[in-house]
Amino acid sequence: MTRILLTGAAALALTATAAAAKTQVTWWHAMGGELGSKLEQIVAGYNASQDTYEVVPVYKGDYTETMTAAIAAFRAGEQPDIVQVFEVGTGTMMAAKGAIYPVYQLMQEAGAGFDPKAYLPAVVGYYTDTDGNMLSMPFNSSTPILYYNKDIFTAAGLDPETAPATWSDLEAMSKTILASGAAKCGFTTGWISWVQLENLSAWHNQPIGTDENGFGSVEAKLTVDGPVQVRHWDNLARWQKEGVFKYGGPGGGSDAAPAFYAGECAMYMNSSASRAGVMANSQFPVGFGMLPYYDDVEGAPQNSIIGGATLWVLRGHPDEEYKGVADFFSYLSSPEVQADWHQFSGYLPITQAAYDLGKAQGYYDQNPGADVGIREITLNPPTPNSKGLRFGNYVQIRTVIDEEFQSLLAGTKTAKEALSAVVERGNALIADFAETVR
Amino acid sequence: MQSRRATFRSRWLPYVLLAPQLLVTFVFFLWPAGQAVRQSFLREDPFGLSTRFVGLDNYTRLLQDPGYLNSFQVTLVFSVSVAALSIGLALLLAVSADRVIRGHRSYTTLLVWPYAVAPAVAGVLWWFMFNPTIGILPYLLDGLGYDWNDRLKAGDAMILVVLASAWKQVSYNFLFFLAGLQAIPQSLREAAAIDGAGPVKRFVTIVFPLLSPTTFFLLVVNVTYTMFETFAVIDATTGGGPAQATNILVYKVYQDGFIGLNLGSSAAQSVVLMGIVMALTFIQFRFIERRVQY
Repeated sequence: MTRILLTGAAALALTATAAAAKTQVTWWHAMGGELGSKLEQIVAGYNASQDTYEVVPVYKGDYTETMTAAIAAFRAGEQPDIVQVFEVGTGTMMAAKGAIYPVYQLMQEAGAGFDPKAYLPAVVGYYTDTDGNMLSMPFNSSTPILYYNKDIFTAAGLDPETAPATWSDLEAMSKTILASGAAKCGFTTGWISWVQLENLSAWHNQPIGTDENGFGSVEAKLTVDGPVQVRHWDNLARWQKEGVFKYGGPGGGSDAAPAFYAGECAMYMNSSASRAGVMANSQFPVGFGMLPYYDDVEGAPQNSIIGGATLWVLRGHPDEEYKGVADFFSYLSSPEVQADWHQFSGYLPITQAAYDLGKAQGYYDQNPGADVGIREITLNPPTPNSKGLRFGNYVQIRTVIDEEFQSLLAGTKTAKEALSAVVERGNALIADFAETVR
Repeated sequence: MQSRRATFRSRWLPYVLLAPQLLVTFVFFLWPAGQAVRQSFLREDPFGLSTRFVGLDNYTRLLQDPGYLNSFQVTLVFSVSVAALSIGLALLLAVSADRVIRGHRSYTTLLVWPYAVAPAVAGVLWWFMFNPTIGILPYLLDGLGYDWNDRLKAGDAMILVVLASAWKQVSYNFLFFLAGLQAIPQSLREAAAIDGAGPVKRFVTIVFPLLSPTTFFLLVVNVTYTMFETFAVIDATTGGGPAQATNILVYKVYQDGFIGLNLGSSAAQSVVLMGIVMALTFIQFRFIERRVQY
């Protein structure tokens, strides 16, 4: 036994020395399952491509756990070089000025060739400061799109090749489907907060909050109780009663996907990165479409906004490691790596070059629907209302949105009351946050 | 027993022998608890870059927060329901098991099984059965004309978490009741039977009063269980929803502290919880511990 232990220790010591020759860069991430394996494959590709740096990926659980772990580690002085943080954590990360190393600055100081213009503005715009400087490196970004069941459309006598373009199309088509008995429900959706409020607002060029949706100030206020949002939530409540809409649950909406896969709902809105799951789980031909819009709202459709996560660099490490981080980020943004990750996962490519490469490979012709998300985010140049959003305590505000939406569907609040409550409770949380970072 | 004092040759030996236990208590209990108390007076950003002393502000804010007061109310309803349901059911089962002569042992063993199920697994099991989209029970209830939806209806969600939590605790209570029942001398019941008391009368006037110390003990243990150990059940089933209808105190600490990163408020909530545990422990030792029969 002792001998085995000793041999083991010796082996460990050997690998440790071998690794110590290279500068180690630690990366805490939240990608489990197949995405996690793919991520490790990308890292292995990088480690094999050069022999100065070694990136060590560590899976830290889901997004919340990863972020909490990184923050706790920072407080203990044990932080990783790179941490993957979901988009709603952006406000918190940004405000921690002494803890983060902005990516644009890192790339400059490390002397890595870095052209911010190479990145898709709709993707990086979410993560830039008001001067347009990139603060974190987008890694996995997606945007909501519409999926529909072509068999149900055919059975209901609708054209299976035409997705609903507007909300009134969607309502009319849903009612045709319900009347024909082809399905029990018109549509369902994941992420009420992200899809049916944040993206709804951006898609109709309506402000989500003051100060450019919070990009300009930590003391911004929410404004999601505007007429378009109230009208949409009113409709959702009515559609739920009529059977047109089925609620998929809070957060990501875990009941939504099964309802679509089982043919219970004819249409389904969720992340473009859900595409792989939809293709694997549906026994019917799937159609794709952009998010519906209200055609009487001026400027709609504008562009959709993204969700997902980015890579933040934390301070407190030697310069050598930051050179490694910069080098790794350059590798990660290269068209080949990006196109591969994008095509495997359904996440958006972060550079124009990666998108062009996919086109040249004929990927989008062979995989219809794979570019709907990219077309949505690049539909128009982002406005202050459609660049993204950045509020402190936004993780909790997402929960508030879910809670108020539940009150709306349960009939205890009207759309106006529910959205006013979102604004009021959300603003209190934002004010709390502003106070802690003062 | 207690008056016989052990004598040590060295003055230091007893302290050395106590040290490991004291160290564990300090490192794992007193230190974190002290940290929580300290944190509850501070307002701090998540990274700890700026810290301010705010006195009792975190506490006063809590008391003005309708969400927190709602959480208290939810916890009360939840604890009382779970305790009542699990104690009631366990008593019924124990009385039945006590009367079973054949297969008594296998019956008892089967009833103890749920206790071995991890709370998170119990939560997921019940979540599956009651899932509005894929669950079997909503499907059956639909046949009876009831539209079950724990995603939206506060009452349904509460029933779901109460059932899942009580189901797990029934086994534990059952064991104590069974032991309690077996400790009641058969002669008392026989005497009553000879005097003409039926089974119900015997239970009400003899068995139940003699079980009361066990019942009191279980009450305290069950309330503690519902307040602190049901976290996993809530997390796996409702996540505190819909609209905070099942957001019990301990779950709110987690939500505000770990998800929301609002450390000051979360710490203040933990201190309040600590106070509640201390009160419960006090009640148990002061009033119940002495009279309970194991």
